[in-house]
Amino acid sequence: MSGVEDIFRLLFTANLWQATLAAAVLLLLPALGGVISERSGVVNIAMEGMMLTGAFFAVVADLAWHNAWLATGVAVLAGALMATIHAVVSIQFRADQIVSGIAINIFAAGLTVFLVNRIYGIQDIGHVTPSESLPYINVGGLDQIPFVGKVLFQQNVVVYMALVLLVLVHVVLFRTRLGLRIRAVGEHPQAADTAGINVYLIRYSAVITSGLLSGLAGAFLAIGVSNTFVPNMTDGRGYIALAAMIFGKWTPVGAFIACVIFGLGEAIYDNNSIIHVSPYLLSMLPYILTLVVLAGLVGRSTPPAADGLPYVPGSE
Amino acid sequence: MSDEQLAVDMRGITKQFPGVLANNHVDFSVRPGEIHALVGENGAGKSTLMNILYGLFPPDSGEIHINGKQAHIGGPRDAIALGIGMVHQHFMLIPVFSVGENIMLGREPVAGPDFYDHARARTAINELTKRYGLALNPDARMGDLPVGLQQRAEIVKVLYRGANILILDEPTGVLTPQETKELFVVLRDLVKSGKTIIFISHKLKEVLEISDRITVMRRGKVVGHLTTKQTNEEEIATMMVGREVLLRVDKKPATPGAVVMRVENISANTDRGVPALKGVSFELRQGEILGIAGVEGNGQSELMEVLAGTRQVTGGRVLLGDRDITTYDARTERGAGVAFIPEDRRGTGLVLSFSIAENSILGRERSPTFSWNEFVLKLVAIKEWARRLVKEFDIRTPSIEVAARNLSGGNQQKVIVAREMGSKPKVLLAAQPTRGVDIGAIEFIHRRIVQERDEGTAVLLVSAELDEVRSLSDRIAVMYEGRIVSIEPPDAAEERLGLLMTGGGAPREGAA
Repeated sequence: MSGVEDIFRLLFTANLWQATLAAAVLLLLPALGGVISERSGVVNIAMEGMMLTGAFFAVVADLAWHNAWLATGVAVLAGALMATIHAVVSIQFRADQIVSGIAINIFAAGLTVFLVNRIYGIQDIGHVTPSESLPYINVGGLDQIPFVGKVLFQQNVVVYMALVLLVLVHVVLFRTRLGLRIRAVGEHPQAADTAGINVYLIRYSAVITSGLLSGLAGAFLAIGVSNTFVPNMTDGRGYIALAAMIFGKWTPVGAFIACVIFGLGEAIYDNNSIIHVSPYLLSMLPYILTLVVLAGLVGRSTPPAADGLPYVPGSE
Repeated sequence: MSDEQLAVDMRGITKQFPGVLANNHVDFSVRPGEIHALVGENGAGKSTLMNILYGLFPPDSGEIHINGKQAHIGGPRDAIALGIGMVHQHFMLIPVFSVGENIMLGREPVAGPDFYDHARARTAINELTKRYGLALNPDARMGDLPVGLQQRAEIVKVLYRGANILILDEPTGVLTPQETKELFVVLRDLVKSGKTIIFISHKLKEVLEISDRITVMRRGKVVGHLTTKQTNEEEIATMMVGREVLLRVDKKPATPGAVVMRVENISANTDRGVPALKGVSFELRQGEILGIAGVEGNGQSELMEVLAGTRQVTGGRVLLGDRDITTYDARTERGAGVAFIPEDRRGTGLVLSFSIAENSILGRERSPTFSWNEFVLKLVAIKEWARRLVKEFDIRTPSIEVAARNLSGGNQQKVIVAREMGSKPKVLLAAQPTRGVDIGAIEFIHRRIVQERDEGTAVLLVSAELDEVRSLSDRIAVMYEGRIVSIEPPDAAEERLGLLMTGGGAPREGAA
């Protein structure tokens, strides 16, 4: 009784929506990467590992060089490096892409913990000082608009970047020549190849791009939100991003809507002190919704036709 | 003839795949402005040769000259640049893209930084389609078009890339007789406007109709160069197979007996829940072959599945003798004496990882001949049985322990045919019994089907090959959109059948 009322009241606070958008962006970046990768025909469930690696190296670089942007660059490269492993294994060696993705996630979890111990011993990795973390920017003027100002214009710089990237990915995928080619490779690589399109180049680029985006999300999490590294700090966000991608039917905008829904769940979860719904129930929400989508209850969600199928030149 | 005059000149092409010498010192030349047919059985190396010409894989050795100049073709991009275009047997089309996007792919018109330019794409396509008289709507979704138009889009796609040499790989395999005729008109027009065409096919009649010259391949080698006007079907077939083959089915007139199976007004849905059969009725008699002609996808597959017990009806009934077998499943159907040669031999006909012996009793493993109490297999009996079938049906294999996967398509098909005929059925359902099978095996399977008929079995035949239906059947039922539109005598004109298959023509008396 009071639980429902509390949630209802919570839904009308700008704080909640501000937190929702930030949480959504943490999911959106890897989800966009997933969309790009899978649109090119490479199944990517390694966002979790790529994001975690990005988070770790962001903190390491920031502690070493005291520059958040340099650290973000390192994180992005680290994510891309993990993605390259996935690309080589699944494109060049035509291995099972799910297995490769799982391997990368486990590898990243182990690697980061190992390196924390190696570099910093058993004590804490330490905290990034707020002045050296990714800045929160209030957009002058717009941030004073009641409600909307707080939600949209008092955010971390990465949130703005992510929203720009969202539009960019959408436009590239569905309005440009490059996007047409990426989708062609993901639907029918033989057709693309015979039309003179370099299937491997596009797939490599798409997978590595997904690593860049996941690395950026990792940096945001580590040196924008938490300001430290904790083992396994991504806490399943890469998987929720995967769910968001499927929920959004492999489109950037659809994935974004899903991320907002999942982000809202997380924001409510974080405000759990004032509501009385089981937090465990809330944290299950993304997965339950995804299962509902996969079961086809909310319209059909069809992946690109050649998603997950390695391309062998000359084969039918 | 000097080099300069040849559009394509491939010399000494050799290509080794693991276990197969796909091309063995192949010489192949095409003159500009001709329609050159490349014929041979499955696995003769035609596709390999053309894939090499199109740059899909490199030859191990050999030279390629295009228009008199030596060419290095490292990929389709190079081939396209040399003016070579290929229409593949399995269309290289993306069903979820528009016709325009499919045609433009790889050479898209661009506006601004990298935006796909729909308007210019449309204009370019309209110009091309007007020039060659190939009507197409660039905004239609490719997956919504009938096969004939999809192929047309493939041809326009190749022309858009500026191809002067067009390779068409088995282009008529998926077409109706009418569509084939339209295609031939298009091909002749293309030749008139200066194009050169390489036409890959195993349908000899079509090859004789459309080509100027013919190159015949067998087992990776070129075995003959022929001029179309100076040859005939028998000569080509003999070259292809390496021995004399009987192209026509040799059979006595049928002596139909009592009605064995009676199908009454049955209807059924496709897997997607769309009606596929809309009230089909016919009778099948002992000792006759009833052939079902029709363009694929008009309900033939569903009809066979209903009769074989793997698809449920939504109405009507099926009688076997006096017994109502409408609701029988595959196992009880078999028990009642219905044998089934399915159209997809690799998917439903065989378990590819099983041996020939194991495959030879699939569906009969519970019979007392092959097991004790439906439980323990009688391995010795099974082996004896498999050996007998291998011998009787001329299945080429080193042993009965070989996995079905390792047999050629023709021998795989023979395993199925042997198993089904070996069960001494009352009714034999044969769906596409010779699809993708070479001429030698076709000849054999046809002979066995006729023999089965002569022994009193009622045979229901479905084939996408109109020639096959016409040469085997004692009566021909034409299916169109889930109905039998007419039942014709076996000597019905091809034109008439073609018309009925596409929804035209008036049915004969007595058709259901």
